[in-house]
Amino acid sequence: MAAASVSAGTAKRRSGGVPERRLAWLMTSPSIFLIALVAVWPIIYAIWLSLHEYSLRQAGLSRWASPAGFGNYIDAFGDTEFQKAVLVTLIFTIASVVLETFIGLVMALIMATAFKGQGLLRTVVLVPWAVLTVVTAIMWRTMVDANLGFVNTILGTKTVWLGEEPQALIVMIFADVWKTAPFMALLLLAGLQVIPGEIYEAAKVDGASAWQRFQKITLPLLMPALLVALIFRTLDALRVFDLPKVLTNGANGTTSLSLLAQRTFQENRLYGEGAAISIITFIIVMLVSFAYIRLVGGNIRGMTEDR
Amino acid sequence: MEAATATGRPRATARDEATTTAKRLPKQPGTPWWVWLAVVAIVIFCLFPFYWLVNISLKTGADLSSADLVPPHPSLDNYSSILQNSDFTRALGNSAIVALVTTALGVIVGSFAAYALARLKMKFKFILLGVVLSISTFPQIAIAAPLFRLWSDIGLYNTLIGLVIPYLTFALPLSIYILVSFFREIPRDLEEAALVDGATNFQAFRKVIVPLAAPGLATTAILAFIAAWNEFLLATTLTSSRAARTVPVAISQFTGSSQFEVPLGTQSAASVLISVPLILLVLLFQKRIVAGLTAGAVKG
Repeated sequence: MAAASVSAGTAKRRSGGVPERRLAWLMTSPSIFLIALVAVWPIIYAIWLSLHEYSLRQAGLSRWASPAGFGNYIDAFGDTEFQKAVLVTLIFTIASVVLETFIGLVMALIMATAFKGQGLLRTVVLVPWAVLTVVTAIMWRTMVDANLGFVNTILGTKTVWLGEEPQALIVMIFADVWKTAPFMALLLLAGLQVIPGEIYEAAKVDGASAWQRFQKITLPLLMPALLVALIFRTLDALRVFDLPKVLTNGANGTTSLSLLAQRTFQENRLYGEGAAISIITFIIVMLVSFAYIRLVGGNIRGMTEDR
Repeated sequence: MEAATATGRPRATARDEATTTAKRLPKQPGTPWWVWLAVVAIVIFCLFPFYWLVNISLKTGADLSSADLVPPHPSLDNYSSILQNSDFTRALGNSAIVALVTTALGVIVGSFAAYALARLKMKFKFILLGVVLSISTFPQIAIAAPLFRLWSDIGLYNTLIGLVIPYLTFALPLSIYILVSFFREIPRDLEEAALVDGATNFQAFRKVIVPLAAPGLATTAILAFIAAWNEFLLATTLTSSRAARTVPVAISQFTGSSQFEVPLGTQSAASVLISVPLILLVLLFQKRIVAGLTAGAVKG
């Protein structure tokens, strides 16, 4: 890029105003301060809470909690509700991310082909993304409703979808797929559009079939975008809260880890145990996030290099 | 630019979009029928559920217990009743304030940091950007528990400012991340010219970069606004009354304990009403939103 060419200004730049490095720190410090205040400090406090027996039941109105070591974590791991929440969260994450990726990929491939009216199609595809998650949940409640909904009519069933054990989770997965598969499609479409067309032309000349072209060109070249989108979605799915809260309030096998944690500390006022479950969720998400950052690490370096 | 990956960057999507697509596609006389069929399927998949919600919102009384695809007796009663519901209108106001303040703070504070990270010489850039990125993947639940306790102690529980502060955990990283990639797309020449003319770095930022980055700033603001408008976990954890309740919380609380009590008609009407501003944003700024999303996510 031509943008990188000018370097003569560097000497001049230091002459006016605050020195560059100090200005850099001045400009980043408000953000650093705020992030430390609103993210890092609460997490440290959450860890502290999770290591203490801190509940109205135990401490009454006293502000002081008694140290509990890893008691809250041990309690959580031994609790069947927690084990179930882990299972539900994992099933939800795997099922929804796999479905979203597959549907998103198919949608992206179609969108890349349908070049007439592609802009319109992109707008349409953004609608589910723009609809609030809470509204998505309400929408799906009405669609699967036993009296009002059309899902039973189409399938010819008389299922009370949100009132039965595996069905409620299935509705939750589908609601998530509806909301995020189109988002996935847009991310993948952007990935598709940077694959140079000449490669396809060449492969065609060599007699490669459409399937071979997909397998040997599209998929490998799309892989970086696909992996990033996949991890991005996995991180989101692991912390799912809105959908189960509004769809069923966690009934019938839909309590996710976030929902369980929130219920434990807010409704039951078991701060210690609630914080422990939050921290476990946090650790799970951070492990996946670590993989994500390693994957895009090269990109960050690219973004921060001086040029 | 070796740093660019095979994924879409805003510049590439905006400029190359037309050419790449056209180049790659075989020059067929027309799009085959099955593609159109698939396009129709996508449109139905994306829009039908929302149509369904609109449909329900126009039904009243006995119509609400039948699964008609078109309301037999369409009526706006649900809308007028929801607009007269002061809990709902108050929540609308709360949501607007929280989302706007969050967006403004996130974009302003974030743009300073993004400029430094994109343009200025400084140490630990890589670590800073890594931290920013990891904060954006934080599960909200991890800060909800401690804030729930803390806010009660210091009087921020059930206040709007008590929501704005934690909302910065996603608005700020999002702004910084997207703006870094937008700032880097601006040619250096103009800025250098300003510096040669004796402007300070900060003046170059304020007078040259900010006006040039206006589209990027707008994109970032839209994305931050949508994220804040949508937020539910913290809003439901940190509020307890209409004084600070935001729209998603207010709507979800129409959901009674029993499924039979739910006023589905009004709930749907409220859902449609609060989705309309966002859908309008999407219609108006489709290109920018896609550029922002791919800058923030695909480019990673």
